[in-house]
Amino acid sequence: MVSPNFITVSDGDAAPAGQPRSIQDVVIRLAGNSQDGIQTIGGFLARLAGRSDQDVMTYMTIPSTISGGPSIFQVRMGTGDILSAGDRADVLVAFYQHSYEDHIESLRPGGVLLYDNDHVKPNPEDKRFTAIGVPVTSRTIEAVGGAAKDKGKNIFVLGLLARIFQLDVAKLTGLVRERFGGRTEDVVRNALLAFDAGYGYPADNLRDCFFRFEAVQRVSTRPQVTMDGNQALAYGLIAAGVRYGAAYPITPWSTIMEMLRAELPKYGGIFVQAEDELAAVSYALGAAYAGHLAVTGSSGPGLSLKMEALSWAVMAEMPLIVVNVQRGGPSTGLPTSVEQSDLLQGIFGSHGDTPRVVLAPKNVEDCFYIALEAGRIARQYSTPVLILTDQSLATRIEAFDEPDLAGLMVTAKPDLAERGADFKPYPLDRLTRHAPPGTRIASGKFPNVTGLEHDEDGHPSGNPAMHAKMTARRREKIKALGAELALPEVHGDREGEVLLVGWGSTWGPVREAVEHLRQSGRRAGQMHLRHLHPLPSGLDRIFARYRDVFVVEMNDEGLYGFGQLAMLLRARYANPAIRGINKTDGLTFKVSEIVDGVTRHPARNELRVTIPSFSR
Amino acid sequence: MSSAAPATLTPTANGVAPVRQPLTRKSLAADHPTWCPGCGDFAVLASFQRTLEKLQYPQENIVLFAGIGCSSRFPYFVNTHGGHFIHGRALPIAAGVSLSRDDLHVFVFGGDGDGFSIGGNHLVHTARKNVRITYIIMDNFVYGLTKKQTSPTSPVGFKTKTDPTGVLDQPINPMRALISSGATFVARSHASQVTHMTEMMERAARHDGFSVVEILSECVEFYPGAFDAANPRKNGAFKLIEEKKHDGSPEDAQRHDPTDEVAAFHLATLPWPGVFGVFYEANRPTKNRLEADLIARSREKTAGKSELQILQSTFARLR
Repeated sequence: MVSPNFITVSDGDAAPAGQPRSIQDVVIRLAGNSQDGIQTIGGFLARLAGRSDQDVMTYMTIPSTISGGPSIFQVRMGTGDILSAGDRADVLVAFYQHSYEDHIESLRPGGVLLYDNDHVKPNPEDKRFTAIGVPVTSRTIEAVGGAAKDKGKNIFVLGLLARIFQLDVAKLTGLVRERFGGRTEDVVRNALLAFDAGYGYPADNLRDCFFRFEAVQRVSTRPQVTMDGNQALAYGLIAAGVRYGAAYPITPWSTIMEMLRAELPKYGGIFVQAEDELAAVSYALGAAYAGHLAVTGSSGPGLSLKMEALSWAVMAEMPLIVVNVQRGGPSTGLPTSVEQSDLLQGIFGSHGDTPRVVLAPKNVEDCFYIALEAGRIARQYSTPVLILTDQSLATRIEAFDEPDLAGLMVTAKPDLAERGADFKPYPLDRLTRHAPPGTRIASGKFPNVTGLEHDEDGHPSGNPAMHAKMTARRREKIKALGAELALPEVHGDREGEVLLVGWGSTWGPVREAVEHLRQSGRRAGQMHLRHLHPLPSGLDRIFARYRDVFVVEMNDEGLYGFGQLAMLLRARYANPAIRGINKTDGLTFKVSEIVDGVTRHPARNELRVTIPSFSR
Repeated sequence: MSSAAPATLTPTANGVAPVRQPLTRKSLAADHPTWCPGCGDFAVLASFQRTLEKLQYPQENIVLFAGIGCSSRFPYFVNTHGGHFIHGRALPIAAGVSLSRDDLHVFVFGGDGDGFSIGGNHLVHTARKNVRITYIIMDNFVYGLTKKQTSPTSPVGFKTKTDPTGVLDQPINPMRALISSGATFVARSHASQVTHMTEMMERAARHDGFSVVEILSECVEFYPGAFDAANPRKNGAFKLIEEKKHDGSPEDAQRHDPTDEVAAFHLATLPWPGVFGVFYEANRPTKNRLEADLIARSREKTAGKSELQILQSTFARLR
């Protein structure tokens, strides 16, 4: 199940010299500047892995500066399930001296340092790695020639990696042609020249670093698709029947709105770039009121701006999907880093008693399915549904089984069937079935949707008993959803010492951590929550089977010592076994950090980030 | 949008073509207004109902939206589909309705605070985008619902609870702001002039684009007499804009050409109480039209494919 994330190079191996060694998976980190097309190499490798039925996961950091600046892309590819981007790299490709210096410590001892010796002078004293210098820049210029300068270095490196890892050259060059095919013939030719130069680089200089992935038996018969989390979410929204939406650009949400703007017209829909976040949510609510399943989305600061309108959506009972691609906060914070610090904002962020549905996808594939689930709930319960994804899912590329679109796709038109004389927009004992404009009402009395407290007919009402009843009605309908949800499955030991609870993008690293813990003799399980509000009923029965319950979250332990989900679970279950493993460095969890968090938890002070002295 | 169509459907016994009853003030009446006795908004409501009687849209296809304020209670008082949204955002929610349902007639009602202050940004951008909406602004120069605070149109020196020694900040000039934002139909009327109001509302509704009518509507409670200078019954002068008839007559040269933006600006800057009528009217493609064209162009490329087939071909490219 879990791949070892280790290849051996320097400590002697069974394979004879010159023969490729067999490996299960490899972690390659590419470090350069953002204009070097680092992401392009990563993208090619990910697509190739997807087409070769290998599993793949990538991890990208993009600089928040406008152009230039250091950039990395980490790709882990191999056989079996790949659950995390890998704690340490097996291969580091360093384009510049700063790339080498900044990332050499992320290379595991025994790993391969592949560096551009036109730019990088590695420390000759450092014997921990197999260092291979290749004149990437000058060879690329030589191969491509002309005015292109060193453009194409990335493709040269792709060729080099194809040689080292015995990758499928025909498939890779096919991908290169697809990628650049829309441009001039020169661009394709230059790319292929650079690729060939990298692939044909004299093999004896590579010091016998050749590997081959173990053959894989894939269970599924469906072809794999390769995409990032924002793509999966955008296509999931389309499959869920979303045809209208509006948003304002903000990183890392923007790519979803860019895709929807380009895609929705093909489906007869419209996506509006609104003047601000408040207008964006309002436009989307207008489409929802008109009878469509609509979407708006943003990242943390933008979600804050939408909150007033989201309270209206709860009060007026409008179906709506709201996407929040979380990033590091507060305020502008870390726009291109990851954090899970918007959970409580998502659940409680609005004014008033505003029970709201919050979901979180666990990986890239789940970004697709969570959109379908959000659409189902929004329609059935006539309520806004918030999807909390995050920056790491947004930019991570994974390969997964192509969804059964024919079985899943939802196409819906506004429900304009005439409503009977007894129609009430807000019945106390039933779910709302919104009557969009265009609907005839047998009584001849047309309904108003309103943010004022109202009676069953939607008339404004300041009656104290009516407010209590309507508040209860809005609460009970969300509780009804909670009662309908299945209990999450537990992975690993079904009872024992440690239960790791996670939500969102930590699913993979937590699962890998559980395997590590079990291999080291602990009885450990994983429970992952996709439905965060309402919670499924009966979680306490799962908690009761373990000595310790650790909630793994990329957010701060807060004033009272618990992360955001941990606080919620403690408030819900009052169970002192629930504690947290938190981090706030803007990076995804390494498996080792979670394992460390469990094993060293009783001495939490070793891990906690504190300030030595803090006085008023 | 289409004009006269029968208003209310009455199914016939044999199930053949249903017969519509015409829209009347009675069928359009809903809750009794909650406004103070003597409020100018009563006349605006009566004018609007008269306008709908003239237009005879199918009743179920009329949509009214409003934000927050005294005048924003409007949708409760007209028997159509509608909504009471949050402060300042009635335009974008109405734009969402308009863009996603081309079969509807969308009206927005609100006051000066809702339109020019908290919702000012949306006014600019809805005008710029020329979304097919008719917007009636009941301007009373004061915050009435919250009991006499300064509004964005309060004149300098007017004493309010938030400017007890008199307003300091220069007020918005609504006509100038609307013309410069790109609204394609900009008119001004007065709540004491029901015939004129109705004419302006009807022309606004028939305009294909973002049409706005600012109506001076007196708050008898917190700013009585604010608009007497333009009310003939209070010894004021209700001076009408004379529009060009293009009849070649010498006096026609002196008349206003509503398509002339500079002339419209000139009218907008006349001293108080200024003039009334259509300041500006232009034909520019609506966002509704432009988006429909975009959809048509996109669908040319996917001609004959079902929604499922379009998504399937996208996924095939991601293999």
